[in-house]
Amino acid sequence: MRSEALKAAFISVLLFLIFIAAWHMATLPKESATLAGANAEYAALMGKGAEKSGGFPPPAEVGRAFVTYLSDPFYDRGPNDKGIAIQLGHSLGRVGLGFLLAVLVAVPLGFTIGMSPLLTRALDPFIQVLKPVSPLAWMPLALYTLKDSSVSGVFVIFICSIWPMLINTAFGVASVRRDWLNVARTLEVRPLRKALLVILPAAAPTILTGMRISMGIAWLVIVAAEMLVGGTGIGYFVWNEWNNLALPNVIFAITMIGVVGMLLDMVFGRLQRLVTYRE
Amino acid sequence: MSGHFLLVEGLKKIFPAGGNGEANPPVFDDIHFHIDKGEFVCIIGHSGCGKTTILNVLAGLEEATAGNAIMDGREVKGPSLDCGVVFQSHALMPWMTVLGNVVFAVKSKWPDWSRAKAAAHGARYLEMVGLGEAIHKKPAELSGGMKQRVGIARAFAIQPKMLLLDEPFGALDALTRGTIQDELLKIVQATHQTVFMITHDVDEAILLADKILLMSNGPHAKIAEIVEITLRRERTRAGIHHDPQYYLIRNHLVDFLVNRSRTYAGIEAEVFHDAKQPPVVRPGLEGQPALVRTPPTEKPVPHLKQVINH
Repeated sequence: MRSEALKAAFISVLLFLIFIAAWHMATLPKESATLAGANAEYAALMGKGAEKSGGFPPPAEVGRAFVTYLSDPFYDRGPNDKGIAIQLGHSLGRVGLGFLLAVLVAVPLGFTIGMSPLLTRALDPFIQVLKPVSPLAWMPLALYTLKDSSVSGVFVIFICSIWPMLINTAFGVASVRRDWLNVARTLEVRPLRKALLVILPAAAPTILTGMRISMGIAWLVIVAAEMLVGGTGIGYFVWNEWNNLALPNVIFAITMIGVVGMLLDMVFGRLQRLVTYRE
Repeated sequence: MSGHFLLVEGLKKIFPAGGNGEANPPVFDDIHFHIDKGEFVCIIGHSGCGKTTILNVLAGLEEATAGNAIMDGREVKGPSLDCGVVFQSHALMPWMTVLGNVVFAVKSKWPDWSRAKAAAHGARYLEMVGLGEAIHKKPAELSGGMKQRVGIARAFAIQPKMLLLDEPFGALDALTRGTIQDELLKIVQATHQTVFMITHDVDEAILLADKILLMSNGPHAKIAEIVEITLRRERTRAGIHHDPQYYLIRNHLVDFLVNRSRTYAGIEAEVFHDAKQPPVVRPGLEGQPALVRTPPTEKPVPHLKQVINH
């Protein structure tokens, strides 16, 4: 088992090195591309543009971007130049707030729906229609009604993370084993106590699965939302660096988005394991 | 009003019709029986005769189509703490520890008890079923027999007026079943608990019961006969089959299940039968003189455990 993990890690590292090597080879500067004479002067006139627009950045350049940003993650030099931790912090703040609001709405509502087959049926068409709508499609409505780009970002996160949680909570609550409910009934357990001590723990794994899916979607959506509304956040950072044509920074940002997304998923995976019970 | 602890009168159950719209025949109707305080009553019958439904009606978990059950002077209208139920599938909550499951029940009965008091009370009942060591384990870490013991401890812990057992040992192997039967027997003898139990196991019924209700086959199932177990109340699993009454009772029961259970209702009805007063029989006593008079023509029944389980 251990040696298996070791082997897998070894192969991972090997694949990564091969990828970097291939990348390096593919982006080696070509002889013909070297600029001479007037061209170089012209390029110099264009400022730093010459070195940046020299094609796809080689790994070394991206590595330098990693070092620069990670060595000073918290600086703040005006609206267009903030450290990566600050940008990620803004994104995480929006995701956290929107997600929390979604939990506050989806879990109680899902509970109610799950307890009543009638409500399940009555609300099903709405959920089925609203669920597949891309959260970004809500953006114009949100901007118009909320009149604040940052709040609109939070709203978009809220609206995209509510559906998986709502559906999973309702499903989890509706499929609590009959036996456990019968035990609660024969013990004359009061409704609130039953909800908290029987139904909630029984449905918790399903609810947590919904939350994990929601968080995954929210982290996907925040990048796009911030590209639209601008200002702060990792999505805005990506868009800003694209406008600067600073591809190494874009690649760096992509990696950061991936790492943070993975960490978020791990946190929810941990929580999920915490509430999962063996029968 | 009679002085019986539990009185069941004219119970009838029709399940809602399926898709074809045709009305279902009643699973059982005209069910009359009574249980006195401290009695241990088993009910035996083939699958589909509605035993579990009757138990659920007594537990208040299901409603009968007609008829009623009066327990301790009050009609059973819904689930109540007066009945402790042991479910066939043990129905323990897997996220709670063994003790947690029992304490949940104890706190339901006595909400103002402190946690410590409830835990001590629960632990005492778990001790009683021989689970003193395992109280902090999760149900998933226990064997099937131990889980069922927790279920029994949980039912006893709320000190119900009546205990309802729905085939509690059906899913256990014969060895485990024997041990738990012994324990149940001991506890019931000590506490004089009133018990209503469904079983498929003829030997189990003879070992535990004061009387056995025999149900005919459904639909239109009836209580065909009430068999009084005339064996001494102080029985042990090890010694019971040495009693001359044992095989008489056993043969009577098996004979009913194999041959007679289908002859009571519907088009196959062959015997006149007053459902309101099913005949009470004492096969243990009736056979005795016959045995004394004539030497048995058959060989003695080999000691084989027969489990009727369809």
